[in-house]
Amino acid sequence: MLLDYIQSLGRQALSALQRLGRGNLFLLQTIPAMRGMLFRPGLLIRQMFSVGVQTLLIIVVAGLFVGMVIALQSYYALVDFGAEDSVSVMVVLSLFRELSPVVTALLFAGRAGSALTAEIGLMKATEQLSGMEMMAVNPIERVIAPRFLAGFISLPLLTAIFSAVGVVGAYLVAVELLGLDAGAFWSQAKAKVDLYHDLFNGMIKSAVFGFVVVWIAVFEGYDCVPTSDGLGRATTRTVVHSSLAVLGLDFVLTALMFGDD
Amino acid sequence: MNTRTIEIAVGIFVAAGLAALFMLAMKVSNLATYGGDDGYLISARFDNIGGLKVRSPVSASGVRVGQVTDISYDSGGYEARVTMSIEPQYDKFPTDTAASIMTSGLLGEQFVSLEPGAEEEFLKPGNEIEITQSALVLEQIIGQFLYSQAEE
Amino acid sequence: MTDTLINIRDMHFNRGERVIFDGIDMAIPRKGITAIMGPSGTGKTTLLKLIGGQLFPDSGSIEVDGQNVHQLKTAQLYALRKRMGMLFQSGALLTDLSVFDNVAYPLREHTKLNQSMIRQLVLLKLHAVGLRGAADLMPAELSGGMARRVAMARAIALDPMMIMYDEPFTGQDPISMGVLVKLIRELNDVLDICSIVVSHDVRETLSIADYVYVISDGKVIGQGHPDELKASTSEWIKQFVDGEADGPVPFHYPAEAVVEDLVTGNGKRR
Repeated sequence: MLLDYIQSLGRQALSALQRLGRGNLFLLQTIPAMRGMLFRPGLLIRQMFSVGVQTLLIIVVAGLFVGMVIALQSYYALVDFGAEDSVSVMVVLSLFRELSPVVTALLFAGRAGSALTAEIGLMKATEQLSGMEMMAVNPIERVIAPRFLAGFISLPLLTAIFSAVGVVGAYLVAVELLGLDAGAFWSQAKAKVDLYHDLFNGMIKSAVFGFVVVWIAVFEGYDCVPTSDGLGRATTRTVVHSSLAVLGLDFVLTALMFGDD
Repeated sequence: MNTRTIEIAVGIFVAAGLAALFMLAMKVSNLATYGGDDGYLISARFDNIGGLKVRSPVSASGVRVGQVTDISYDSGGYEARVTMSIEPQYDKFPTDTAASIMTSGLLGEQFVSLEPGAEEEFLKPGNEIEITQSALVLEQIIGQFLYSQAEE
Repeated sequence: MTDTLINIRDMHFNRGERVIFDGIDMAIPRKGITAIMGPSGTGKTTLLKLIGGQLFPDSGSIEVDGQNVHQLKTAQLYALRKRMGMLFQSGALLTDLSVFDNVAYPLREHTKLNQSMIRQLVLLKLHAVGLRGAADLMPAELSGGMARRVAMARAIALDPMMIMYDEPFTGQDPISMGVLVKLIRELNDVLDICSIVVSHDVRETLSIADYVYVISDGKVIGQGHPDELKASTSEWIKQFVDGEADGPVPFHYPAEAVVEDLVTGNGKRR
């Protein structure tokens, strides 16, 4: 009985390791295949559209609300100390360092990542990937690489848009609603927020998240069991695994980037 | 949807992303005030700088005129040496200007406050401010207060 | 032999614990229609993937046009695949491209023809399968039979030396079945190529095949001209060709005796 449990544990560990190995091999195949993009920019642009542009709306709406909420919350916290002029600092720092990269990556995993997995998995299930191979076309080059690169480029752009919209949302709440001074709002942020330390580090985070989320998404699609059940599982796994990966990596990156403060 | 529409949409998306990044850099980060390069440098020595940091603001009469660019410990005079970059348009500080480290609000950040004196000559790049007042350290004040209470 | 295009020798293939092919030998001629038949689950599709180099045999060899498929470098394999056409069961059309673009796809990938030549070629190929009028439709708007015909047009786009058909008749109404049978025969004769049809639709397949292999349980159990098969004395082949419910392939899945399972309730289930 006990041996059975140990055996099933071992089997699961082995299958997880195998999956990890396949994922890495897949990545090694995908990265050189990106050269093909130089000759066919059209493929990349089409994927930028479905991965980036179609995620834009949800990012803008979420960014606006997140910015407004943090502005309100930090106002209530800071007004007790008479430091309500620092609302913009609070908002901008929390957006740049944490919220924009993380929330954008989570939304991206849910919206674009799952769609990528489903799309690639469906192409596998309907034998389109096999069909390409038999037409002497490498599906990694034509299908996977454009989606990978498009996701990797799109996420930092979406993060920047999220931050910008968030700052606008905070401005609306702080200045228009709560009546803080507009000049103080901008000048406080300018004085306390560092371009490299805060903004660029946030963008680096976002690039790392983009890489990981899109890697998980395309791999799960490519590796899925080509049935409707397998497809559903793969899509779920994409969202769960990439969300956990984003949060875990966020901790590591935060410790590395801001640990010496 | 035809290729042209898609390409235009993607173009707008990329432009919006880059514009957002640019707006953030200009509007809410210190890129625009990064003028540490074109400002002129003056220095001052303090017994204790408290919580002053590099990039802390330097102000005169409450107006921001520059920022701290370097803090080091001068083991010769057992003092902290603070270098500040003052924006070029504020070039009329008399040589007997006093520098003191103050705190904005009770728990706010610390900054260097410049109080102009009465001399005819002005500070030049590389000059040192002679008259300084250190940061108020809360623990010391409380300690002194308790000590004087105990003496009574 | 110069008239053999595909030569399979003592090929073994396992999937996990399951033995799919247990030493298969086949010689498929350069011209004419060769049918590979057998019950579902005997790995007929797997065989086509092995020939196309998408899967690797555990032992034995597969030679196509004198080249051992599984010892080729990637570039050589791709060069060989350009000369193979394959028709998948579902058609495997690229869903985000129109019918025209699907047929044009291999031409655009592998040739440097200009737009007007591609257009002419594509319309020609679509005309051959009777779907020139459907050029602007999307794959989602096609019926199953039409999708397969488009896939056929795509498979012949590069003028291959052989076409592999994976279950071309499955799930078709009698009319589109008839159309597909006629098309396979006509394309083979007009292009003068090698066609391999994998199927378990006995009547249709026997009506067009020049030579038939029957595989079951990982072995070739019968081969020859359709008429020879129909006249075969083998019990198994008789059952398969005539479609009888019981015979050497039993109707019942192996189980305990009925009495034990139902009456005495000694069966271990539940």
